[in-house]
Amino acid sequence: MGEIWEGLVAGFWLVVTLDSDLVEITLRSLQVTVSATVIASVIALPFGAWLAIRRFRHRRATIAVLNALMGLPPVVVGLVVYLLLSRAGPFGVLGLLFTPTAMIIAQVIIITPLIASIAHQSIRDIWAEYHDLLISFSTTRKQRIATLLWDGRRALLTAALAGFGRAIGEVGAIMIVGGNIDHATRVLTTAIALETGKGDFALALGLGFVLIGLSVAVNMIIHAVSRTESEGKW
Amino acid sequence: MVNTILPLEVTNASVKRRGKTLLGPIDMNFSQTGCTIVLGPNGAGKTTLLRALHGLERLAKGQASWQVPLKEAHLRQAFVFQTPIMLRRSVRDNLLYPLCLRGMSRQDAMKKAEQWSARVGLDYALDQAAPRLSGGEKQKLALARALITEPEIVFLDEPCASLDGRATREIEAILQAAREEGTRLVMATHDIGQARRLATDVVFLMHGRIIESGPADAFFAGPKTPQAAALLQGDIVE
Repeated sequence: MGEIWEGLVAGFWLVVTLDSDLVEITLRSLQVTVSATVIASVIALPFGAWLAIRRFRHRRATIAVLNALMGLPPVVVGLVVYLLLSRAGPFGVLGLLFTPTAMIIAQVIIITPLIASIAHQSIRDIWAEYHDLLISFSTTRKQRIATLLWDGRRALLTAALAGFGRAIGEVGAIMIVGGNIDHATRVLTTAIALETGKGDFALALGLGFVLIGLSVAVNMIIHAVSRTESEGKW
Repeated sequence: MVNTILPLEVTNASVKRRGKTLLGPIDMNFSQTGCTIVLGPNGAGKTTLLRALHGLERLAKGQASWQVPLKEAHLRQAFVFQTPIMLRRSVRDNLLYPLCLRGMSRQDAMKKAEQWSARVGLDYALDQAAPRLSGGEKQKLALARALITEPEIVFLDEPCASLDGRATREIEAILQAAREEGTRLVMATHDIGQARRLATDVVFLMHGRIIESGPADAFFAGPKTPQAAALLQGDIVE
């Protein structure tokens, strides 16, 4: 109990004094996670919509695999990305290992199935409602996807935020591909892991509280900006 | 000279689902003007007929031939569903949607949306969320959204079902005006009174087959089949 209290105090002082290390790793956490969320959303949202409206052989199997991939083990993703980006790997020449870019790549792989799966569920419901109308309007497949994405934007925001939530709390994959290098690839989660390893539980907890606060703040800001609850059902 | 998509010629058309014939075989001809009312009990195939003509149901046999290629014909027709489907947008955006799909400039589309909202009496609700309108308002919006692209033919699937008398009268007035402007109407209804008010010709369906069809005056004055006579007398027809 004492350590939790000390952690709260440590976190409070880190924020109040705008500790330079904390600011740096917080900004890097945001940079990596927001980039990964945006990239994953650009891939996953249209894919989820496409999957909702397209009928093809093995569609059910594809959806089942997509749902299963939501639970993709981050450590395994980290290992695969590490092997691909390492000097001996196929993309070693790009020199991306132990950079924030490598961390973004790993996070994109982890959260894309999650966002796509949630998006698919939401879009499928809207598609069931809109199906006859959009066919009647002679819409092309692109127009249908654009309409469903736009009209389902609030539900899709939730999907993107779920991806953001998973990415910002992720540690296994980015530890492997980022290396937790001070002033280069250290982010909040890897810093917490490091401080825990060193036995500085108060600082680790402090960073943990900052991480939770950051995640809540981002969610609240996005909900406020997009007025999620202000226009009711639609 | 602009080619018209009408007349529509339907030959030997049938619709099947899971091996069961829901409609047909049917032969019909829809001329360039007028209002065809499709009558019949529940399950007679009224909705299936309209959906098949509009291309929402695939024909198992036969064909529906327009005077222009199918893709072009489809762009010049519209469908109004029994339960109005509202896009999760404002009334204005619902009206803009089909115009934007057809590549109309935003400015022209806005002007047209305002004209049509006034015409159907929804100008006060332009910025309201369409899904929050009342049943009658939704159906008027659906009708305006169908007519705003100036289609040559509109299929209407019981557009006044579950509406009160006032809303029904407003819908009928919009339909009469559209017909007078040259829009061909094909409408399914259970309401014999409405059929008498609107029809220029009637198609009476039972069990997916046309039992009787012809000019409305003749149909209402002297139906040729006992089923149609029973329907007009207010008997229950199954």
